[in-house]
Amino acid sequence: MDAVIENLPLYWQGFRTTLTLAIVAGLAALVLGTLLGAFRVSPVPPLRAFGATYVELVRNTPLTIVFFFFVFVAPQVGIQVPFFVSAVFALSVYTAAFVCEAVRSGVNSVSVGQAEAARSIGLTFNQTLREVVMPQAFRTIVPPLINIFIALTKNTSVAGGFFVLELFGVGRRLANAYSGDVIAVLLGVAFFYLLITIPSGLLANQVERKVAFAR
Amino acid sequence: MTSVLYDVPGPRARRRNLIGTVVGGLVLLALAALVVNQLRVNGIFEVRRWQIFWDPPPPFPDSAQDVWRFLLVQGLGATLRAAGIAAIFAMLLGFVLAVWRMAPRRWVQIPAITVIEFFRGLPVVLLMLFSALALGLSIFQAVVLGLVIYNAAIIGEILRAGIVSLPKGQSEAAYAIGMTHWQTLVLILLPQAVRRMLPSLVSQLVVLLKDTSLGFIVGYTELLRSVQNLRDYFGNAFLFSLFFVGAAIYIAVNFSISRLAVWLERRGTKKAAGGVAPIETDVDGQLDPGLGRTQQSRGGPL
Amino acid sequence: MRARRWTAAAGALVLTAALAACGDDDGETTAEPEVQEEVSFDEGTTMAELNEAGAITIGTKFDQPLFGLRGPSGDPEGFDVEIGTIIAGELGIEPDGIEWVETVSANREPFIEDGRVDIVVATYTINDMRKEIVSFAGPYYVAGQSILVLADNEDIQGPDDLAGKTVCSVEGSTPAENMRTNYPEAELSLTDAYSNCLEPLRNGQVDALTTDNVILSGFVAQNPDEFELRGDTFTEEPYGIGLEKCDTEFRDFINDTLEAAYDDGRWEEAWEATAGEVLETPEPPEVDRYEAEGC
Repeated sequence: MDAVIENLPLYWQGFRTTLTLAIVAGLAALVLGTLLGAFRVSPVPPLRAFGATYVELVRNTPLTIVFFFFVFVAPQVGIQVPFFVSAVFALSVYTAAFVCEAVRSGVNSVSVGQAEAARSIGLTFNQTLREVVMPQAFRTIVPPLINIFIALTKNTSVAGGFFVLELFGVGRRLANAYSGDVIAVLLGVAFFYLLITIPSGLLANQVERKVAFAR
Repeated sequence: MTSVLYDVPGPRARRRNLIGTVVGGLVLLALAALVVNQLRVNGIFEVRRWQIFWDPPPPFPDSAQDVWRFLLVQGLGATLRAAGIAAIFAMLLGFVLAVWRMAPRRWVQIPAITVIEFFRGLPVVLLMLFSALALGLSIFQAVVLGLVIYNAAIIGEILRAGIVSLPKGQSEAAYAIGMTHWQTLVLILLPQAVRRMLPSLVSQLVVLLKDTSLGFIVGYTELLRSVQNLRDYFGNAFLFSLFFVGAAIYIAVNFSISRLAVWLERRGTKKAAGGVAPIETDVDGQLDPGLGRTQQSRGGPL
Repeated sequence: MRARRWTAAAGALVLTAALAACGDDDGETTAEPEVQEEVSFDEGTTMAELNEAGAITIGTKFDQPLFGLRGPSGDPEGFDVEIGTIIAGELGIEPDGIEWVETVSANREPFIEDGRVDIVVATYTINDMRKEIVSFAGPYYVAGQSILVLADNEDIQGPDDLAGKTVCSVEGSTPAENMRTNYPEAELSLTDAYSNCLEPLRNGQVDALTTDNVILSGFVAQNPDEFELRGDTFTEEPYGIGLEKCDTEFRDFINDTLEAAYDDGRWEEAWEATAGEVLETPEPPEVDRYEAEGC
């Protein structure tokens, strides 16, 4: 127990890093993923192909490989950035594929009749999108997005193996330093992770319930 | 022909699409050329960098066979071994958790819920580290245990979602002929749930396979670590080629198993009663079926 | 400067050729280990157990040129590996009865404590903090902490120049601990193996790599013209063989083996076949038969 109490500042630092990674990468993934989603539903074949290939490729690649690429291989071909930035790149590129799928299935879940009705009363593309499609698609997109964020938070632990001192890295360092007290040290780490994942999970439940009702 | 966002294209839209196609195609080609050029400028295409795969240059005593054997038998073999064993135990433990979770008494359910939510909320690599350091297991056992615990929780939830989605008539009929709660669960509901959720289950197993690469972080010599080992041995010049081959192997293996899942889904929809549940939008790295949560408050067949 | 680089480059070629020779199966290895056929130990000692089993698990590094580097053949090669093989030989264990396990710096104590390895020969510095958890035989070599930078980096000439610079090292190593204690203005970037630091050093994500000079020399030999050591060594790092704490008989046995190897030239042979290709052959250090506390 002492190991945990003495090192609370370090835990806190790791927690902050984890949270920062998750939020920054999450926002980047949201932007990139929405763009990719737009590609996948567009009528332009090259864009559709690009989106589909991207998603298939990333979904079949382990996150560690993506990290390894950005931290060790990319610098060899010219992309040299600090370790934290590499971690953000890796996490965003990876998560964007799942955001893309969530967006795509959300958009496709809106019944075509809605869109046809909107167009037949003369709404433009932007108006249809803004007033009719997105509000309905949103309800389907949000619950998976929250789950994606939860998975992203857990995935930040991989950064701990690649030079970033977040929660998992802190846990590993302390567990090796206090090898008699490993259980307490790692339970401390678990506590901080659950601090993020469990409330988010409950939030996802709430949102899903409201969504189901509204439909 | 109409999709949600786009109407059937008229002449103007068709022209716009054509322009978009050409422009889009050109932009993508330009990007590809940029990437290829960047690689070329950094010497990635030099033959000597790829030579170790068919004819390692003189200072190194190893043959190309050694290299491939190290990558495939050692690295990929270690990955598949860990994944295979973890998959079996995760399924078994998942069944147990699903049954426990659906116990008739609430106070029996609550520990199950706690256990499941606890392990679902933690990163797999943390579970692996815990198993390695706190439980003193070998690295292989720690990797397997971490994978088993996490995926058992997820599989338990997948099975529960499957059970809950079955028509009530099944359990009613079972009770009507005098079966107990446990008999109904194990003999009638679970088998159907498995069949129904088979694509999701296979999908989760692909996730499990991907997660074996997390063993890299705790020192397990799976494929990525083998790549790293070879880099340490042969030197930095071979990093890109080694990485490329390693990543290609990983992607190929995962892709084949994903295809299997899709094939199962397609086949299942034709056969199973009530069809199979489609593979949920994967929320990956550590998969959570969105399905499981909505069913929590509603009753379902039990 | 130039002469040193040239020697390093030549050394690299000779090193790899020597490693090649070591890896060959045709038996022309210079450091052919002797295996004791007829040897018996007192009942209940670790030596007797290992001798009975005909097998031993040795923890070593897999990513350090000259000391412990594993290639596609599967087994690691280097000076630490040679020393381990000599000890196994004295226990009557054949080289293929040795199971080599990778012990990254942070895992060395936990693995010994758990019994996952019998001994650790992995550029393992003896210090008082570690003596509370494990026991050490040896030392069998004395290195010193030093700094590695890009060849054209003139800003860093010694540890005092590291203030404000990013320095790469390894979790759980004495060099990292030393940085934290004595040079806190240096920004540490830690990973789990030194070889992971090379890429970041190469492309500027870190400014320097710090660890023992022999490890750094191995990297220099492997990557001629890219890196250079800077400054003199600023600590003493005696390498020991880690084993279970308080196993005094085993420790005495290993110390005896080391001293015998010093005398009959096996230690020197082992050095020349591996690290000696790049580094000069020093005098073997005195083994330290200290009183283990808390036993």
